[in-house]
Amino acid sequence: MSHVWTIAEQSKGKLRAVSFELLSRGRKLADKMGTKLCAVLLGANVSDESLQELIYRGADEVYFVDDHRLENFVVETYSNVLSDLIRQYKPHTILAAATSSGRTLMPHVAIQVTTGLTADCTELDIEEETNHLLQTRPAIGGNIMATIKTPNHSPQMATVRPKSSRPLALERTRQGKITRLALKEELLDPRVQVIGYREDTEEFANIEEAEVVVAGGKGMKKAENFTLLRELASHFNGVLGASRDAVDRGWLPYPHQVGLSGKTISPKLYICAGVSGSIQHLAGIKTSEYIVAINQDPDANIFRLADFGIVGNLFEVIPLINAKLAARKQKEGE
Amino acid sequence: MDIIIPIKQVPETSNVKMDKETGTMIREGVVSVINPLDLYAIETGIQLKEKFGGKVTVCTMGPQSAAKALKEAIAMGCDEGILISDRKFAGADTWATSYTISEAIKQLGSYDLIITGERATDGDTGQVGPGIAAWLGLPLATYVSKISDVTQESIIVERLVEDGYQILQMPLPALLTVVKEVSNPRLPTLRGKKKARAYEIQVMNAADLQLNEACIGLKGSPTRVIKIGYPKVTRSGKIVKASGDTGLNDAVDALLQFLEEKELI
Repeated sequence: MSHVWTIAEQSKGKLRAVSFELLSRGRKLADKMGTKLCAVLLGANVSDESLQELIYRGADEVYFVDDHRLENFVVETYSNVLSDLIRQYKPHTILAAATSSGRTLMPHVAIQVTTGLTADCTELDIEEETNHLLQTRPAIGGNIMATIKTPNHSPQMATVRPKSSRPLALERTRQGKITRLALKEELLDPRVQVIGYREDTEEFANIEEAEVVVAGGKGMKKAENFTLLRELASHFNGVLGASRDAVDRGWLPYPHQVGLSGKTISPKLYICAGVSGSIQHLAGIKTSEYIVAINQDPDANIFRLADFGIVGNLFEVIPLINAKLAARKQKEGE
Repeated sequence: MDIIIPIKQVPETSNVKMDKETGTMIREGVVSVINPLDLYAIETGIQLKEKFGGKVTVCTMGPQSAAKALKEAIAMGCDEGILISDRKFAGADTWATSYTISEAIKQLGSYDLIITGERATDGDTGQVGPGIAAWLGLPLATYVSKISDVTQESIIVERLVEDGYQILQMPLPALLTVVKEVSNPRLPTLRGKKKARAYEIQVMNAADLQLNEACIGLKGSPTRVIKIGYPKVTRSGKIVKASGDTGLNDAVDALLQFLEEKELI
């Protein structure tokens, strides 16, 4: 029986959290078919402890293609390496993260190895008689859920949104095999060079991988008022998001934009203030676990999607939430 | 600089309705538009043409009615429009679509750059752009937010990644998929609309492209949609009013209690 693979991701030699989230998805599928789960990692300067953690979090095997020229993600070389591994080991299923690299790499690989790929799956299962991967994903702005399979091609491949599953607990007694592989020279594509890196000028804007996102919309009135949301986000170690209206007004830069023309996110908690809830915005947050909305207009669309809503003036409500959360923290500290 | 821009015609998102019986989209009365995210690609292409000369060719795979999207792009300032259309293309997934479009591009002669939107707002996969690059063996940069420099042989771009911007240098021809940050799409001009009305869209069908029939349409698609479901969109959440001092205080307390119950604080 061929194996289930997950594509682990690293940045500067450190594993990204999504690598462990994929393992919890992959573990279920591998167990259902009674096969092994393997994590595949391309990169450089990854410690033995990090590789071992992939085993502790659910992998039976780890393939690590280790070369300093794989330190940065470059799709051509990564795609050559992964396609070569697929031809050699013939996995049954591959799960990758719906990140900027996963969403670039996997469609490239799908062409190279001639197989199907389903983007942004929210549910994955194995069809019992056939062992086909059942891939369920939202489409048309989240208005439908389509279940898709790849009946006649192999491997079966899907990407999964970050934060849409929880990593398995660390189990230090788990045993597994780690294989380090060398980069084959002929797979290196030298055409594209990474010549630099620029960090976001606003605070950390990785809204797709954040547990908590606190977003503001038109109702925030001006950029300075986002201080209120920054403080609120800090209570949750969350990051700032913004509606399209807020980004178009220049209150926050584009990487923070939530919605159809920005990012689709699945945080554990999404809090938004002064966001009316256009269809485009709702499409970007539908897969959040909990949604809290604060808006002055009781008929605002956003309340249809909220798990908890406060109808009120956000300039009164948010300072009070901040004050109460700060008091709570202080009390805990005593 | 000669640029090719593959676009998609999509139903305007705010108008999408589904037939609950058949599970298909109700097309009647729904306005079709250029995929909003493709407008950034079109604008980027036109700006590069204005700066460096050359021409911009826009192409789309779809039914005859998709010619309207091409005309809109020409009205914005694109020079040529190619409609890739055949009943045999129906039901194509991203694999078969990227094959068909890449074969059409091969017929268009030499080019320096292919630019696509990041994804389409209906299918929402973002797979066709990278797929075309793979079929054509072109260097690829996705999520491009800025074109920093262009020379005869190469291009320097910034791409938006999870914690910042990666700066790439790549030789031409290349394929870029762009995000909203890259440009601010213009509106069609009156002159452009006139030109678009007079322009005759060129059509390419399966026979023109001499395609491998095993790779096109539903038959050539590795993936199959086997079920369509309608997720419950609304959540019957608790909504409280924060009016008056006690109302405000009670509302915030109720929120904190909710967050505590869900172990969010």
